[in-house]
Amino acid sequence: MKRPPTPLLGGLAILGLMVAFAVAPDVFSPYDPLAFDFSALLAPPSWAHPFGTDQFGRDLLSRSISAAAIDLQIAVFATFFPGTLGALLGLLIGWYGGLADAVIGRLMDLVATFPFLVLVIAIVAILGPGLANMYVAITIVGWVPYARLMRSEAMVQKNGEYVAACKVLGYSTPRILFRHILPNAIRPVLVYAVTAMALAILLGSSLGYLGLGAQPPTAEWGVLIADGKNFFTTAPWIALFPGTVIVIAGLGFSLTGDGLADLLEVKR
Amino acid sequence: MSRGAWLLARLAQIVPTFLLIGIAVFVLARLLPGNAVMAMLGERGTDEMVARLTASLGLDKSIFAQFVAFLEGVASGRLGDSLAFRIPVTRLIAERLPVTMLLTGLAVAFALAAAVPLAFVAALNANRWPDLLIRAIFQVGLSSPIFYVGLVLLTVFAAWLRLFPVGGYGDTMWEHIYHLFLPAITLGLSFAAIVMRNLRAAILGVINAEYVDFARAKGLRGSVILLRHVLRNALIATVTLVGLEIGSLLGGAVITETVFAVPGVGRLMVDSIFARDYPVIQALTLALAVFVSLAFLLTDLVQMWLDPRVGR
Amino acid sequence: MSLLDVVDLRVTFSTPRGPVHAVDGVSFCVASGEVLGIVGESGSGKSVTLRAIPKLLHANAAVTGTVRWRGADLHTMPAEDLRRVRGGQIATVFQEPMSALNPVLPIGLQIDEVLTAHTTLDTAARRRRAVELLGLVGIASPTTRLDQFPHEFSGGMRQRAMIAIALAAAPALLLADEPTTALDVTIQDQILKLLLRLVADLGMSLVLVTHDLGVIAETCDRVAVMYAGRLCETGSVHNVFLRPQHAYTHALLRSMPGEGAARAMLVPIPGQPPRIDRPTAGCAFAPRCSFVEDLCTTTRPPLIDVAPQHRSACYAAARLPVRAA
Repeated sequence: MKRPPTPLLGGLAILGLMVAFAVAPDVFSPYDPLAFDFSALLAPPSWAHPFGTDQFGRDLLSRSISAAAIDLQIAVFATFFPGTLGALLGLLIGWYGGLADAVIGRLMDLVATFPFLVLVIAIVAILGPGLANMYVAITIVGWVPYARLMRSEAMVQKNGEYVAACKVLGYSTPRILFRHILPNAIRPVLVYAVTAMALAILLGSSLGYLGLGAQPPTAEWGVLIADGKNFFTTAPWIALFPGTVIVIAGLGFSLTGDGLADLLEVKR
Repeated sequence: MSRGAWLLARLAQIVPTFLLIGIAVFVLARLLPGNAVMAMLGERGTDEMVARLTASLGLDKSIFAQFVAFLEGVASGRLGDSLAFRIPVTRLIAERLPVTMLLTGLAVAFALAAAVPLAFVAALNANRWPDLLIRAIFQVGLSSPIFYVGLVLLTVFAAWLRLFPVGGYGDTMWEHIYHLFLPAITLGLSFAAIVMRNLRAAILGVINAEYVDFARAKGLRGSVILLRHVLRNALIATVTLVGLEIGSLLGGAVITETVFAVPGVGRLMVDSIFARDYPVIQALTLALAVFVSLAFLLTDLVQMWLDPRVGR
Repeated sequence: MSLLDVVDLRVTFSTPRGPVHAVDGVSFCVASGEVLGIVGESGSGKSVTLRAIPKLLHANAAVTGTVRWRGADLHTMPAEDLRRVRGGQIATVFQEPMSALNPVLPIGLQIDEVLTAHTTLDTAARRRRAVELLGLVGIASPTTRLDQFPHEFSGGMRQRAMIAIALAAAPALLLADEPTTALDVTIQDQILKLLLRLVADLGMSLVLVTHDLGVIAETCDRVAVMYAGRLCETGSVHNVFLRPQHAYTHALLRSMPGEGAARAMLVPIPGQPPRIDRPTAGCAFAPRCSFVEDLCTTTRPPLIDVAPQHRSACYAAARLPVRAA
């Protein structure tokens, strides 16, 4: 273990702030994020409205803060669901090998042939836009890297001496798999998942921007930017500030992921 | 196995890949909850329209017959008509695909032009300020959503400075490139970041190799050492990455084309979703997957050319 | 005048655990046409010394002292002048041809680029010269071999190819860093003989680094013995082998099987090789030396003339028994 590097601490600080926004938006928001103010339509940034207001006079700082909850939810769910599915499949095929491994392996190659976003969009198109369907689509497409990572880790662990010892002791296969191999093999998967959360934030906000993810009037960063895109030349702050918030949140996750990889000496 | 046999085996792999892509797209299209025809026609559909469309799509036949018909259609280039444009989807895609390919090609060109020299500067100054600065800039680039980068470039360079058009495609090749300049930079930014990061690590991996020391001992010029001995070997790993990233580039093209109103297949995809134009979505998904698998093949061929040890 | 003059060469590597003095004040010279052997155990600094000559060490190595080539200091001359000397006048052969040859370039190109860098030959003439060079080092069907890659060569062939690359620009001095260590025993002798024949035929000087005293005895005019980054003894091979004037050389010779030694007992050197990360005040060999005296552990012995053309840094020089010849 090395000393935690500065980027990791920076990333964790950003994430801490985002979580605070998500848990207690009212503490940080100066206004009600949904309240119209017809006396301050499209107001540029000022002391009263640091991020300005949108075409309905809604305070953009408050809206950006209230969106943190949805976007963090996206970061977590869009990683947790495919991560769990992929890790389980990877664990099983890494342990059993054989036909299952060959079939799933071919399936992984196949999924990887489709452009990620295109396939997600196609599935969302079939299921219909919305957050829940977006999670389903991301899970169908996104489990592959987790399965690959877990599979190779499980194959390494499977030949470890402690596994041989467990077999001699007569432990059941599920017990060996979940009590012994999983905890030892999960580290690279977790580190990858943190980095993947940065991508999930970008993906979720992109789908929100396209109108395929979170639906208005839900305050989601991508949706906020889509709301502001028609005013971009006259009121650029509508899109500019939520966009900057996405970049900062993305940085938080990627700095944390890279820092953890260095700290835990996980090869990538 | 000889190199020739390896090459043939690799080329032959494309056949089952195409078949699997076909099956996947076919299954995907059948996953449509409820009746596909109802979904396509929406509220407006009369019984007679439903029956006609069902027959014309062949949905009244058995699933196996449908699949055979689907494969025949794919093989002969008949993938149905667009519901929104009322022209064959193959013609629609043939019109739009070159736009997306030019956009993607320009993005790759911009990205490599930026990433390769900067990777060298970063690697040769590892952990000193030029390295830290370059890595910090690309880390921010990697965390920036494409639509946001696009909107910022659009506002600054097109709307305010009026250096570039706000959208469209133009008529001549030069106009195309002019119109696609900002979109290509937008699309290429995160790709450049990924290539830069990977190539920097690869260069650091080979810069201390014995053959680089030997090249110095031979009294070669610095440029020959860096390009022929360091870059050439470092690129072997990076080429694989470039191939794997083609998929994300196409995904990025969907967003970029939407932001800049570029008439490529990406924008067509998004428009088709809102128009419930399922034949177009199905054909596009198929076409883009085929495109990616061809890119994988090309990657392997470049790899074989770069590394004489491949396939032996 | 000597061709190469190394004066008080010091190389210090900065490592996370502190500085390591790999080469600690080494001086020697090489005359035109001479074959100098540098011998020592692994970690004695012999390879580092060799690589420091044409300034091949990396940024983590701090090098001081002077390395004069035909009177000009290699370490202070402009980079472009140094580049012309490297490969053009001083060529280097590395220990491990598999890693020293670039795996993705054909052998022909790896010869060709030396000719491009140091000669004005045109493409066709360079190709002819490359064929000639491969023939010179004993590689059959050189024309086909030119287009092949290192992994298509056997170990011995690779080392021959590396020698051909080194010879390409007709250098005046060849630096060879354990050129046979990575090879099969049967091949080692062939390569060594080839190297010596070429050096003699082409009138080159050679600095040969090895851990094998037998190789030195067979091939060299003079020998320099290194221990813990320091030079112990230097002189003609004949004098040093017959009348070693350093306790370490003496011990080394006693641990070596060879002609005439069949009757004498082989005596291994007791103790552990030295740790160069903790420099000693006195003689580095003192902890393992059978002739050690108090002075050895406190004061570093200077390298002095013990006989004409024979220098040694040992307080016990006079007390060493004469070897049975």
